[in-house]
Amino acid sequence: MSTPFLSVRDLKVHFSTEDGVVKAVDGLSFDLEKGKTLGIVGESGSGKSVTNMAILGLHDRRNTALDGEILLDGKELITATERELEQLRGNKMSMIFQDALASLSPYHTIGAQIGETYRKHTGASKKEARARAVEMLGKVGIPQPDVRVDEYPHQFSGGMRQRAMIAMALVCDPELLIADEPTTALDVTVQAQIMDLLKDLQQEFGTAIIFITHDLGVIADVADDVLVMYGGRCVERGTKKEVLRTPQHPYTLGLLGSMPSLDGPVDVPLNPIPGSPPSLLNPPTGCRFHPRCAFAEKVAGGRCSAERPALEVVDGRGSACHLTSGQKRELFADYASARTH
Amino acid sequence: MSSTTPLLDVSGLTKHFPIKGGFPIRRTVGAVQAVDGLDFQVHEGESLGLVGESGCGKSTTGRLITRLLEPTAGKIVYRGRDITHADRKQLAPVRSEIQMIFQDPYASLNPRQTVGKIISGPMEINGIDPSGGREKRVRELLEIVGLNPEHYNRFPHEFSGGQRQRIGVARALALEPKLIVADEPVSALDVSIQAQVVNLLQKVQREMGIAFVFIAHDLAVVRHFSQRVAVMYLGKIVEIADRDDLYGSPRHPYTRALLSAVPEASVDTAPRDRIRLTGDVPSPISPPSGCRFRTRCWKATEKCASEAPPLARVEGDAAGHLTACHYPETEQTVPAPRLAKDPEAAA
Repeated sequence: MSTPFLSVRDLKVHFSTEDGVVKAVDGLSFDLEKGKTLGIVGESGSGKSVTNMAILGLHDRRNTALDGEILLDGKELITATERELEQLRGNKMSMIFQDALASLSPYHTIGAQIGETYRKHTGASKKEARARAVEMLGKVGIPQPDVRVDEYPHQFSGGMRQRAMIAMALVCDPELLIADEPTTALDVTVQAQIMDLLKDLQQEFGTAIIFITHDLGVIADVADDVLVMYGGRCVERGTKKEVLRTPQHPYTLGLLGSMPSLDGPVDVPLNPIPGSPPSLLNPPTGCRFHPRCAFAEKVAGGRCSAERPALEVVDGRGSACHLTSGQKRELFADYASARTH
Repeated sequence: MSSTTPLLDVSGLTKHFPIKGGFPIRRTVGAVQAVDGLDFQVHEGESLGLVGESGCGKSTTGRLITRLLEPTAGKIVYRGRDITHADRKQLAPVRSEIQMIFQDPYASLNPRQTVGKIISGPMEINGIDPSGGREKRVRELLEIVGLNPEHYNRFPHEFSGGQRQRIGVARALALEPKLIVADEPVSALDVSIQAQVVNLLQKVQREMGIAFVFIAHDLAVVRHFSQRVAVMYLGKIVEIADRDDLYGSPRHPYTRALLSAVPEASVDTAPRDRIRLTGDVPSPISPPSGCRFRTRCWKATEKCASEAPPLARVEGDAAGHLTACHYPETEQTVPAPRLAKDPEAAA
């Protein structure tokens, strides 16, 4: 536990736009060990994808200001040059995107696209790269890999394209894999296949995975630790069990209450969070969740709208909320009984 | 439900999209069998859920019911009237009673019209003048769907996704329809907003007694919203039943596999033994012979390849519970095998 494999400290990502500065990520910290999966949950605009673009250095340098510290295996990424990042991307760290069709080039064969990364980082010949591509396609469960390697993305089904993307991401045995909503566009039966595949590959290679999703169900399946983001900040983190069983932030609680389940009560209305996610151009003061929070008035002195709650993390567990733990126990109790029906 | 005539009675509904090819004379070289022989009823005030994976024909079904598409074969009877091939004129009165809510709240609202104009559109087209005027009615509708009536003169871009979907709901309610076809009404929304819209639709359904055909791929949302649920696979209904029967004792192997694949946001319930279906859904251009699910089914035999199973009641099931399978699951069914991890074996 001396130095974590990936350590992000007080990361800030600000975009300058015509309308002002968008604080997409505003002070985010987390650690990730090898062989573990960190699930990042949040709604659209919560900053979960931006965080990971920043880690990979894929942000637009012209209008993006990064601040803080990203240490990958002891190497500082924020100050790294584009050339240094190029050496790392696809090699030590890689990424799987949500839309596999849009992320693959329609003009090149699957094999060429997988081989390209391999050749760049290992200097292998075309022939070796093709053999490696066949091997990788086999690993991710594509039938007849020696035939499919010469096909184009449009000849693959949605699930197979996502498998091909995974093959491409893993071709150089990266130590960090960032999966940005990799299963969102897929049907549930195919989603289950892809999640199993990622788990199997992680066991085989000991990859550290950051799994970004808006679906708490997917988190419950794949993650070890969970980080809940809202309005560019982390509002709660902990192990999967802690966060899903005893949420400590009203937003996490609200997300869980919003989701219908397969065996919960049916004839009661769901418990949605009122309102909509904040604009990051002009975010709410204090706690960014306070305008939608059901418990904001329980905190004396209007602190929720005035003062940003600190995220105090003890042993990887913490939440950024002004409510005292006694208040939470009392206020969140109804919820707990409703969930365990 | 009741023995009275159903609101909507669909039988043998089929839609094949022709594939044209060839040069210089283009002829029909095949057909995408999007929907193939559906039978189902929707009763007044009832909500029927249609679930299935992409390409199973659920959206096509919705568009056939609303007659946005012309059926290839089969029959659609609405309140005793055959509307299968009714023309525009004959359809006009029916269209005001069957409304639709679309998936994409950004694409389904005209960006150049104000909210007031959008919602009063259906009344204008049908020449309806409610007492007190259209504007008053629109303000009422805005209130019903939880929007500020003062926003009458605003444009769609001034609203968030969830609010836009509410505008879509208000528009669908404008003519006091008897049936609403909702095609993935919440799948484009964030989780916290999804619940708001589901609650709104549920309130509308209960309080106004409107029947719904609720099309979605999310099994948990469908369970929450529908009294009866039909599961579709490759253009066919494989199982239809009352909600509790379908989710409690699924009979079709596909229903079981689908249910087992849904990830649940809970670490307390014992993990369901997930059935690993291998491969993808076959192409609807040349679906498998016999039972269409047989290529991915762990129980398939030669009978499944030669003979299409009819949608019928399984011994011991409730009256409305129909399953199209030669080897339906029973309470004692041995757990499905955890199929080989390597899909090559199945390919």
